[in-house]
Amino acid sequence: MLKQIEGSQAVADVVALCRPNVISAYPITPQTHIVEDLALIVGQGKLDAEFVNVESEFTAASVVLGASAAGARTYTATSSQGLLLMAEVIYCIAGMRLPIVLTCANRAISAPLSIWNDQQDSMAVRDAGWIQLFAEDNQEAADLHIQAYKIAEQTFLPVMVCMDGFILTHAFEPVDIPEQKQVDDFLPPFKPKHTVDPNFPLGIGLYADPRFYMETRYILHRAMEKSESVIKEISADFAKTFGRDSGGFIKTYKLEEADVAIVSMGSVVGTIKDFIDQLEEEGKKVGLLQICSYRPFPRQEIYNVLKDKMNIVVLEKCISLGRGGILASDIRWSFPRAEKKDRNISSFIAGLGGRNITVNYLRDMVERVEKEPVELGFLGLKKELIAEEDL
Amino acid sequence: MNAKTEELNRVEKKDLFDSGHRACGGCAQALAARLVHDAAGKNTIACVATGCLEVFSAPYPDPCWRIPFLHSLFENPSAVAAGVEVAYKALKKGPVNIIAQAGDGSTADIGFQSISGMFERGHNVLYVCYDNEAYMNTGVQRSSFTPYGAWTSTTPMLNKTRKKNLPMIAADHGIPYVATATVDDFRDLQRKVKTALSIEGPKYIHILAPCPLGWGHSGELTVQISRLAKDTGLFPIFEIIDGKVTNVKKIPVKVPVEEYLKPQGRFRFLFKKGVPTEEVAEIQKIANQNIERFNL
Amino acid sequence: MIEIRIHGRGGQGNVAAAELLSIAAFQDGKFAQAFPSFGAERIGAPVQAFVRIDDKKVRTREDVLHPDYLIVQDYSLIEMVPVLDGLKPDGLLLVNSEKPPEELNLKTTATVETIAATEIAIEIIGRPIPNAIMIGAFCSITGLVSLEAVQEAIMARFPGKVGENNVAALERAHEIMQKR
Repeated sequence: MLKQIEGSQAVADVVALCRPNVISAYPITPQTHIVEDLALIVGQGKLDAEFVNVESEFTAASVVLGASAAGARTYTATSSQGLLLMAEVIYCIAGMRLPIVLTCANRAISAPLSIWNDQQDSMAVRDAGWIQLFAEDNQEAADLHIQAYKIAEQTFLPVMVCMDGFILTHAFEPVDIPEQKQVDDFLPPFKPKHTVDPNFPLGIGLYADPRFYMETRYILHRAMEKSESVIKEISADFAKTFGRDSGGFIKTYKLEEADVAIVSMGSVVGTIKDFIDQLEEEGKKVGLLQICSYRPFPRQEIYNVLKDKMNIVVLEKCISLGRGGILASDIRWSFPRAEKKDRNISSFIAGLGGRNITVNYLRDMVERVEKEPVELGFLGLKKELIAEEDL
Repeated sequence: MNAKTEELNRVEKKDLFDSGHRACGGCAQALAARLVHDAAGKNTIACVATGCLEVFSAPYPDPCWRIPFLHSLFENPSAVAAGVEVAYKALKKGPVNIIAQAGDGSTADIGFQSISGMFERGHNVLYVCYDNEAYMNTGVQRSSFTPYGAWTSTTPMLNKTRKKNLPMIAADHGIPYVATATVDDFRDLQRKVKTALSIEGPKYIHILAPCPLGWGHSGELTVQISRLAKDTGLFPIFEIIDGKVTNVKKIPVKVPVEEYLKPQGRFRFLFKKGVPTEEVAEIQKIANQNIERFNL
Repeated sequence: MIEIRIHGRGGQGNVAAAELLSIAAFQDGKFAQAFPSFGAERIGAPVQAFVRIDDKKVRTREDVLHPDYLIVQDYSLIEMVPVLDGLKPDGLLLVNSEKPPEELNLKTTATVETIAATEIAIEIIGRPIPNAIMIGAFCSITGLVSLEAVQEAIMARFPGKVGENNVAALERAHEIMQKR
């Protein structure tokens, strides 16, 4: 049913429809409403699940690890500091091949303290062996959770659904919340592969000396690569069952005819689409490549849609300090070395710590890259706040 | 009264935690922070956890602190303070007052590991907990200091666990000084801060800090509600010096817990059309247990 | 696409106002987006909330920089915060104030309307939360969302006496503006 609700409420409602057995999450702005909404859903008996209030994110992740290892379908959510605090457990979960689903309400990282949106947090754990999917709007955020459980339980890789904190979590917009039966039909009960069960004793999380550790990493990496087809399949299945496109690897908007291609992910693509339409009225051809699955990184798909584009600009809400754009690096790497083309790939950082990304900034960005490639640019930087010697 | 006693009992106003911060009207934590730092004096370093205090007192570019202030994360003020303390030792600087401080979220939950370690290692640090009985900064979610029967946004069907007793846990670490205090008695609170800072080693002061927004009462009632918490026996006032409970503030006329619960929105579900539910009897039991245990 | 920006202080129901307007617009068959701009939970701090209403999907996530409509729930903010920034020259500014628009001396070409929302709120709801009155006045002046849809939205969000009082306040404001 189509409802005008808060993004967090949509996620809570949809997660409840996925019938998790154990939920444990520690409140952190801007994820709090998701946790509170689920507490109420469980408290009112609308979902039969164990809801565990814990003393930190580290414990929340540990609780869902234990629950998943015991055969339960689980759920947790966090942001920023919380994700970093549970980082050890994040790696553990992937290494143990536990199909846990986690919502990351993307938020900037301290210090200095910021409760506002950027994507540095999920980037900090991008190498851990979790599938990372980025939602464009609240409908997609909701839909991705349903797909996430199916993907996780098929691949035995944990899935992180990333949605921009405040911008999506606290926005009211129309979201279609499916019926329980539709979700039940799409998402069968969880069939764990390995659990702690006295009837079939298994060791989960053993100690691997140099003779064995390396292969575990190879297997995980291959599992991530193989998950690509699962992600695609399940997105297509979802479209057939629920009647709308969401998830998958990438989406494009007016890219085929574009002279300048903008690459980005998350909620900012909405603003970019409006901007592209404005430019079209002015006679300019700019297009968008929107990345949904960031890990595994859909290198081939990206190459396929960008190979004829000579002017590419990557816009991201994160930065590898000391190196530059993270997504930009990934995009630059997507082109085979052997290919000698006069292609410009510019990198722009925007929206850090919740700095609003305006259409005017986007306009500046396109005007700059039309003149020459930009190695690393910052949108909306306030030079007046920066001392001369630090510029 | 000798000079030392006079000094201990003097109410200080130095504006070291100055006005211009952004706390809600009636915030007991803001009041307590002012009292604590005025009692501690200028030669003090504040190591603060993430929480209401940090957010309303230290937004860039205008923090209200007139003493040095260090904020790292939600869970580590004790560890950070320990670091400052050992640095002063190593560099042969000081002496200086080091006050690690946090709300109940940090103290009781996410920073519990940190505080236990700091106590156990014996650092010369005063730890102050401003207890507003839930994670207020992020929107009233429960903590392990949330009392029985309280509504919070993560215990919408009411909190069913008992408040964790950190003063006793602190004392059991073998630290030389523990005290509880409320914001309705400036002199007592400041005397305890001064006493603590005159003792070498880890110290713990637990201050009840009513939160008008989270507790559901108007700002003017903060002091009154603190008083009621004491007079019902729900928040006993005492010191623990070298492991012995002492200076217990007795309650001449015990107030029934209902009088404390009724004015607070977070306890409204305990009264159906003014009639108390069985949870109220449970809460009265908790008060009675405190009265007996501490001989209030 | 119509863009609305709401200014107020924390505790005055600014975010709720934006959400209710968006729910009402949704009920009326439009596409609506509402979102807040604030910091940590705190009473009294300046808060902004944004609403966009359109016949087709709203995609942008920018703050509302060029509002068609500006609703100011707390007059004291006008001196403290650049509330009028970006208001379209032919836009509308609705201010919570008992003074008539001329007496506010605001430097703007936009239409200015006022309503004594806090006073009405205290009278009808018993608390100085002006949002229902501001929404009622807004509906009357602009016709952007139907009064019925807002009434429904309020009752769904605040069942019982609270909802009823807010609806009464909403209707009073609507009446007042209709008469002008």
